[in-house]
Amino acid sequence: MADELALPTISQRRLGATDEGPGARETSAAMEYDKRLTPNLGVGLSADYLRQQQADGTVTDGFDNWAASVKYQFYKNDPGEAIASVGLDWDIGGTGAKAVGAESFSTFTPTLFVGKGFGELPEGAKFLRPLAVTGAFGLAIPSRSSSTTVDADGNAAVEPHPDVLRIGGSVQYSLPYLHSFVKDVGMPEPFRRMILLVEFDLQKPVDREAGGWTGTVNPGVLWAGRYVQLGLEAVIPVNSRTGGGNGVLVQLHFFLDDLFPQSLGKPVF
Amino acid sequence: MKSARIAAAALLLALAATNAGAHAFLDRASPSVGGSVASAPGEVRLRFTAELEAAFSTIRVLDSGGRQVDKKDKQIDPSDRRVMRVSLPPLPNGTYRVFWRVLSVDTHATEGDYTFEVGK
Repeated sequence: MADELALPTISQRRLGATDEGPGARETSAAMEYDKRLTPNLGVGLSADYLRQQQADGTVTDGFDNWAASVKYQFYKNDPGEAIASVGLDWDIGGTGAKAVGAESFSTFTPTLFVGKGFGELPEGAKFLRPLAVTGAFGLAIPSRSSSTTVDADGNAAVEPHPDVLRIGGSVQYSLPYLHSFVKDVGMPEPFRRMILLVEFDLQKPVDREAGGWTGTVNPGVLWAGRYVQLGLEAVIPVNSRTGGGNGVLVQLHFFLDDLFPQSLGKPVF
Repeated sequence: MKSARIAAAALLLALAATNAGAHAFLDRASPSVGGSVASAPGEVRLRFTAELEAAFSTIRVLDSGGRQVDKKDKQIDPSDRRVMRVSLPPLPNGTYRVFWRVLSVDTHATEGDYTFEVGK
C-alpha cells in the first residue's frame, strides 16, 4: 500500500475491427490517485480521457467512466519478499461519455493481488534474486446482465453483458536490487535504476455468450527515481481474437509518500 | 473501451511492487556489493538515495562465523547525510557480510545486506 499518483498514463493503440466498422486508433490519457487510510487499507480514484479516430478521419472523444477502488493488504512477509492484497474496483456507470463507449451501468471487480520476490534463492542462483512476479486475479461483474436497444424500424436487439475473468501480472528484473543486494556490476546511470519487465493482461467472458481469451502482453522498462518513476511499454495483442495492432504506453508516476511524507503522503489514521 | 485502463492497471501493479525501493535505497557501497578487494579495507562506506536519521540507522559487518568485526563506531557523514560508514580493524582474508538498516528523514525504514571478499 502506498500514496501514489499516476499522472499521466498515455497510451495509444489501434483497436480491432468490429461488426460496426474498422478499428479506430485510440489514444488514452489516464490518471490514478491512491491514498492510504491506514497502513494496510487504501482507496483509489481513476479517470481516463479517450480520443478515438476512425479510419474515415472521424474523431470522437470524452471521458470513459470514472472508477473508484478500495484495497486491503492482508499479508506481508518481508524476509520472504511476499505480499498479498484484496481489492474491489467500481467502474461507475453513467459517469463517462457514451460516444467513447462508456457504459450506462456499473461494473464491480473483486480482485486478489499477489507479489513475490526471489531474494531467498541460493548463492548459485544469486543473479535470479532480482526477479519478482506479480499477479492479479479478478472477476468483473456488471450490474446489468444485458441491454436492449430498438432501432428506427422498431427491431429490438439484446446485448449481453457477461461476467469477465481478468488475469494480469508481471515478471520483472530489478537492476537496483541487483546493485544493492547481489552484485554491483558497475552499470552506469540511468541503467542502474531501471527495472525490466513484461506485463500481461488477459480477459475472458465466462457466461452470457462466453468467448475466448483476449488481452495484451506489454514488455517494457521502468526507471525508478527518488520521487518519480517513468514507465515505457509496448502493448502487443496476444492473439488475433484480440485484434488491433501494437501500441505504446508511457507513464509518469509520483511517490507521494516520499514527496510529502508529513501531509499527503501518510495514512489518514 | 477498457483496454487502455486495463493496461494502466497492470502497469500500476508492477509499480506497486517496486515502490519499496523508492525510499532509502542503497545506491553505492565500498567495498562494492558482491565485490572483492585485494587487501583489507579500513572502513565500509554506504551511500543511500536519501538522507538518513542517525539515531535509527545501523551498520554491522560480520565474518563468516557470524562474529561482528567492525569497530562499532558508525557515523553519518555530516557533509552528506546520505552516507554512513563504520571502521574496520585489519581483517584476515575471507568473506564478510554487511548488514544495514536505515531510517530515512521521510521516516521510511529499509534494510538489507550484502557480501564482499578480502584477499580473493
